[in-house]
Amino acid sequence: MAGAGGGGNDVQWCFSQVKGAIDDDVAEADIISTVEFNHSGELLATGDKGGRVVIFQQETENKSQPQCRSEYNVYSTFQSHEPEFDYLKSLEIEEKINKIRWLPQKNAAQFLLSTNDKTIKLWKISERDKRPEGYNLKEEDGRYRDAATITTLRVPVFRPMDLMVEASPRRVFANAHTYHINSISVNSDNETYLSADDLRVNLWHLEITDRSFNIVDIKPANMEELTEVITAAEFHPHQCNTFVYSSSKGTIRLCDMRASALCDKHSKLFEEPEDPSNRSFFSEIISSISDVKFSHNGRYMMTRDYLSVKIWDLNMENRPVETYQVHEYLRSKLCSLYENDCIFDKFECCWNGNDSVVMTGSYNNFFRMLDRSQRRDVTLEASRESCKPRQVLKPRRVCAGGKRKKDEISVDSLDFNKKILHTAWHPQENIIAVATTNNLYIFQEKVN
Amino acid sequence: MSGEVVASTEEQQEMQDTVVSPEKAEEAKLKARYPHLGTKPGGSDLLRKRLQKGQKYFDSGDYNMAKAKMKNKQLPTAAAEKTEITGDHIPTPQDLPQRKQSLVASKLTF
Repeated sequence: MAGAGGGGNDVQWCFSQVKGAIDDDVAEADIISTVEFNHSGELLATGDKGGRVVIFQQETENKSQPQCRSEYNVYSTFQSHEPEFDYLKSLEIEEKINKIRWLPQKNAAQFLLSTNDKTIKLWKISERDKRPEGYNLKEEDGRYRDAATITTLRVPVFRPMDLMVEASPRRVFANAHTYHINSISVNSDNETYLSADDLRVNLWHLEITDRSFNIVDIKPANMEELTEVITAAEFHPHQCNTFVYSSSKGTIRLCDMRASALCDKHSKLFEEPEDPSNRSFFSEIISSISDVKFSHNGRYMMTRDYLSVKIWDLNMENRPVETYQVHEYLRSKLCSLYENDCIFDKFECCWNGNDSVVMTGSYNNFFRMLDRSQRRDVTLEASRESCKPRQVLKPRRVCAGGKRKKDEISVDSLDFNKKILHTAWHPQENIIAVATTNNLYIFQEKVN
Repeated sequence: MSGEVVASTEEQQEMQDTVVSPEKAEEAKLKARYPHLGTKPGGSDLLRKRLQKGQKYFDSGDYNMAKAKMKNKQLPTAAAEKTEITGDHIPTPQDLPQRKQSLVASKLTF
């Protein structure tokens, strides 16, 4: 079942770069909480638990040296969110960035949405490479000149300066969520976006911050009757009227905003029937969907639950068209994973540019590449030990039980503190960004 | 990959004669350790805990004290500054002197 290659057409992955500190003592603020490429793939943004955003930019390729792959270097960094205190509930509001989503580029500046548990912000990232010089009333350092000493008039001119990248908050979308925001998604109409918390989904206009439309509300009249929560939501990549949201019970609901203002009644319900004889205490917990992503072509969607990745055809609601086991060997460890809370870890998943391969993270800093077209999969590791430039990543194998082979690692030796929850794939090229707890790894396709 | 799912079901049916499915075995282990664990697993308790994530403080004063402890703030300094604002008006939590969090750059930028 495990193939030698992965990533379509026998792509071999090599190390390109790693960002972050090497020391094992990880400060909480440095824990990476989200990773996202922009629409061209030129920019790569990360958010962390300290509320900071770091944006990397791909260097323009050196055409004379095709072997020298373009690297991602720091482009801009800023403090997006600060910790707050909800006085009414006496609860702390974490500054951790839950999600970053880029807006498609419309002009010279770049825009992204970043959100913590309660507030979404629209950030403008712009470049400044010229500055005006030769003012009449001011000195170069800004001090005002004595008007009496001015005898001539000059025209200020723009002169080149060292590139400065500025990030400024353009909109703050606050006070619309009682519960914790888990998702934001920009609509294909480039005017609206949705934000989802545990029980509600809201629709915003990017220009309007004092109003938000509630489009899904699953809060029961009596909270004692609460049986499921919303875990993720996303707009369809092309149909601006369609969005999906996933639940903690393993279902996905597709809604059409043309049908009614409040989309509590779904248009489609995607659910795989469960074998009742297999039901256990853990069944519902491990069926909870931690991420849902539409394919780029808009025909499929992928869901990630604790042990598997499922690909759904939007035209078929009763079962997924493909199911991939991420780390099936963990099924016999569910008891300890429940005790150490790992069973509640929320893994994300992503598609490659042409929807032929999907990727998701696991434990021990392992991540999985699942090739849909070739029906092969491979497990790779993000490790400081494979950090030589252009070093090819070796496939990893986990031994579930019985005799452990030479290169395998046994399930009991896996480090469950080293989890890869966030990964991102460049929209066009075979470049992937993999976030370990506090490091960001960038891997690229091997170029011969 | 659906072939893999079928295999595990078959495996389970084989094992049923001698051993229970790995998931059920894990469930038995858990019930043995925590006999009082509710019969409704994913139910309200778990969800409610999830909805109320985040540390609760008694009040804003408690929150600010906790933050001060985390930053090893010098309390005498705070008292000195306080004398500047009391007397004019009743201080609000926002007025209380707070050393502005020194912006530490993310280690990813190095």
